[in-house]
Amino acid sequence: MIPASHYLILAAALFTIGAFGVVVRRNAITMFMCIELMLNAVNLIFLTFARDFAQVDGQVFVFFVMTVAAAEAGVGLAIIVLLSRHTRTVDVDQADRMKW
Amino acid sequence: MEQLVFYSAALVAVVSALLVVFQRRAVHSVLALIVCLSSVAVLYFQLGGYFLAAVQVIVYAGAVMVLFLFVIMLIDPESEMFVVKRTRSLLLPALVVAGVTGGVLSSVLLSFPESRTPGMPGGLRDIAAALFRDYLLPFEITSILILAAVVGALILAKRSD
Repeated sequence: MIPASHYLILAAALFTIGAFGVVVRRNAITMFMCIELMLNAVNLIFLTFARDFAQVDGQVFVFFVMTVAAAEAGVGLAIIVLLSRHTRTVDVDQADRMKW
Repeated sequence: MEQLVFYSAALVAVVSALLVVFQRRAVHSVLALIVCLSSVAVLYFQLGGYFLAAVQVIVYAGAVMVLFLFVIMLIDPESEMFVVKRTRSLLLPALVVAGVTGGVLSSVLLSFPESRTPGMPGGLRDIAAALFRDYLLPFEITSILILAAVVGALILAKRSD
């Protein structure tokens, strides 16, 4: 059996790549995908600990995280469509009207 | 065999995650993300979360990513706004964020002792029992959340004229 630490290191790497991407990319859709990547890493951690503690609750939480992520993707992508319709861009640096 | 599956899936996951970040075109990022999510589904399967591996492929790599592709196609994928030049000025802050995140995460996660008796409790029956008995209220709240998301997305995306 693969030890839990291997899965945890992989999840930490995926989360870190996602966080890096959110900061370095300015395209709203790509940033969104990086957030999905981070959520996915968290799910992997949940499942690893579910196996480690032999508890079913971790799996239930992954289920909830997936549901929230799906809802978030729906609303977020609608906002991005709206943004592109109004400003003709999905670059978050261009959408600075609410910035002081 | 187990080792081989784990390491190849992990390698594919990390490489495709990097591709998600560094592809210049958003469509290519979506395709890389599908590969990444699928290889993580393989890891779920290996961990014993068979149900969630299936859900991951169907809902995540399937439905959510198709939604992303739809939106990119809706906003012209050939247009310049998806081929944004990488801004050099953000590379340093991003590296700082990545370093801090990675350092904190790996130190916290690796501080947990390895379990003596690991084992993924079961199949669909256990998950269903937990979901519909112990977590019934959160489950119902999730349905309200989905409903709110559907209504919100409809109102947002509707043309207001």
